[in-house]
Amino acid sequence: MTALRQLFRFHGGVKPAYNKEPSTTQPIADFYALAPLPAEFVIPLHQSIGGVPHPLVAAGEQVKKGQLIGAPDGYVSSAVHAATSGTVKAVEMRLMPHTSGLSALCVVIAPDGKDEWIERQPVPWRAMAPDEVRDALRDAGVVGLGGAVFPTYLKVNPGKKGKLDTLVINGAECEPFITCDDMQMREQAEKVVRGAAILRDLTQAGQVLIGIEDNKPEAIAAMQAAVTQTGEAKIEIVPVPTRYPAGGAKQLIRVLTGIEVPHGKRSTDYGVQCFNTGTACATYEALELGQPLISRVVTVAGNVLRPRNFVVRFGTPMKDVVALCGPKPDSDRLIMGGPMMGFAMPADTVPVVKATNCILVGSKALFPPPPPEMPCIRCGECAKVCPSDLAPFEMYWFSRAKLFGKAQEYHLFDCIECGCCAYVCPSRIPLVDYYRFAKSEIWAREQEKSAADEARERYEFRMLREEREKQEKAAKLAAKAAETKAKLAAAATPEDAAKKALIAAAMERAQQATQNPPAPPADNAEAPPAPPAQQTPS
Amino acid sequence: MIAAILVMALGAVVLGAALGYASIKFKVEGDPLVEKIDAILPQTQCGQCGFPGCKPYAEAIAKGEADINCCPPGGEEGIRKLADLLGREFKPLSEEHGVEKPKSVAFIDENTCIGCTLCMQACPVDAIVGAAKQMHTIVPKLCTGCELCLEPCPVDCITMVPIPETVANWKWKYPTFAIKKVTA
Ligand code: SF4
Ligand code: SF4
Ligand code: SF4
Repeated sequence: MTALRQLFRFHGGVKPAYNKEPSTTQPIADFYALAPLPAEFVIPLHQSIGGVPHPLVAAGEQVKKGQLIGAPDGYVSSAVHAATSGTVKAVEMRLMPHTSGLSALCVVIAPDGKDEWIERQPVPWRAMAPDEVRDALRDAGVVGLGGAVFPTYLKVNPGKKGKLDTLVINGAECEPFITCDDMQMREQAEKVVRGAAILRDLTQAGQVLIGIEDNKPEAIAAMQAAVTQTGEAKIEIVPVPTRYPAGGAKQLIRVLTGIEVPHGKRSTDYGVQCFNTGTACATYEALELGQPLISRVVTVAGNVLRPRNFVVRFGTPMKDVVALCGPKPDSDRLIMGGPMMGFAMPADTVPVVKATNCILVGSKALFPPPPPEMPCIRCGECAKVCPSDLAPFEMYWFSRAKLFGKAQEYHLFDCIECGCCAYVCPSRIPLVDYYRFAKSEIWAREQEKSAADEARERYEFRMLREEREKQEKAAKLAAKAAETKAKLAAAATPEDAAKKALIAAAMERAQQATQNPPAPPADNAEAPPAPPAQQTPS
Repeated sequence: MIAAILVMALGAVVLGAALGYASIKFKVEGDPLVEKIDAILPQTQCGQCGFPGCKPYAEAIAKGEADINCCPPGGEEGIRKLADLLGREFKPLSEEHGVEKPKSVAFIDENTCIGCTLCMQACPVDAIVGAAKQMHTIVPKLCTGCELCLEPCPVDCITMVPIPETVANWKWKYPTFAIKKVTA
């Protein structure tokens, strides 16, 4: 806990206006203490990276708060639970909080107002095998709450060496406007620390470093106090310099440990794993309280009169939450996430989901439309600020020209879409939009290609099978033919033998006739002369 | 002078031997050009090109017996890639072979299916599961959309359904059409 740890610097980064103050003036509020339960909870089944959970309930069924309604599907997937008790109104397609404006399968629950929990039992994780603990985390629906929503159970893994060197808990929260982790650390520091301790034990980590940007002194103090109070060993709170994007996993790992995870590599290959503070808290609640993940802390900020953090359950319409904060009349859009990495929402009715760390209310005044894009002047500013140490202008050039292979050669997939490059670009090029475009094109192509490869294999296999079947058929036919022949032969024997005997007798007679000159010219008088050919002199 | 000729001759012999050895040692199985062409073709195995599958068409292109614009599922993009690979001129899809359609998968109306197995026999990639006199189903993930199962079905219960756009397969649009910038 001595603050003499040597810190490192990640490449690039920017210092945008942080705008975090306004939403930290008031404590986190329970949304449902201030507003009535919404008329319906619309809970998307797909809320994490990976397979879409399949629904376990049907319209008309009664559910309790915390009941499993979506079962994980496949290796990478995470469970989904009911946000309150009530009746399942429908399992149907609803608009998703996704830029595409498309719908996906959701469980719609009409609350009964009783808000009745399922029975909650702490998970005896210390006595369980690692695989069982992972299953428990998957079934509790715990996913990365920093915004990436990657299923946590897959990351709770000691790695190849059997133990981690360093577990990094990410409390940097570098994106402007967002303060949900900050407020959670201030108010629920003990839970976060206990969650970090659980993750430490599960990953057998040698040390736990909780990195918090130094613009959050209250959170740092509260977390320090919690570490002292809980007496958890090997956990250290490390204030890190405030610079966007210090909260990127690879960037924070670099700052805390000095390890530079190379392009295309994973941090676990270097004995480091990184979890968000919210994820640590959710892990604690899932294992120690037996409480599945049905809510999270959400920051509402931007063009509102009273920015604040709320505990919101998944499935609550965003507009209900925003309404509590007094959106200004000129508000024209909702952004999920922050101004740098967030996504525009297709409507304000979309539900809060596991990935919703912030609902940013926008307006033309707050986020003016970008000036028209100008040609790239190759000034190199973008490369200077890129925290992944990439060459953004090259990637931009190739993405724009749709030369995707080339863009990939410049490590397009190491781009974390932080937006630093677009932020500094003097030509105001929406660089990240190009990268997103190129990435999704490449994904689609890869998928097409693997589908084509599979089709080729299946086709070739079918050809092979048909060929084999043909041969087998031919072989069978041949065998059958031989068999009938043999049978025929066997059946025909008596007659045949008689015929053969007759022929043989005739031949013999003929031979005798040629050898002995015909004594008495019998009925057949023309005895043949000696075969001339045999006596032909040479 | 003689020495120079000898050195050159020796060089030629040594290099020739090395090349000969390499050509045996690193001999590539199959015809690499056919493989390359086949990798571009969409593997729908529909036969619209006039050949019994993608591979035979690839072989015909490699031999110069077929043009590069006969594959409707591969579409314009496929033709462009083939033109690039072979150094030929791009030409639009030949109309006699069909038109480029949105990617679809076959769907069997399970209430009408009589379980005749004719579609199963037609499917080039074994994407249809079922047994005689039992209802048949198409595994959408395996279906290439070749439409070869439509014709044999005696009760016309197979239809082609275009693959819908979902959140999972949605693609970010090219920025020129939708500049949605959220940065401050
Ligand atoms: S900052 Fe903009 S103008 Fe400068 S090199 Fe990068 S993309 Fe080009
Ligand atoms: S968005 Fe990508 S390319 Fe641009 S600065 Fe961030 S990591 Fe680098
Ligand atoms: S199911 Fe029909 S359309 Fe699909 S691959 Fe098989 S034969 Fe072709």
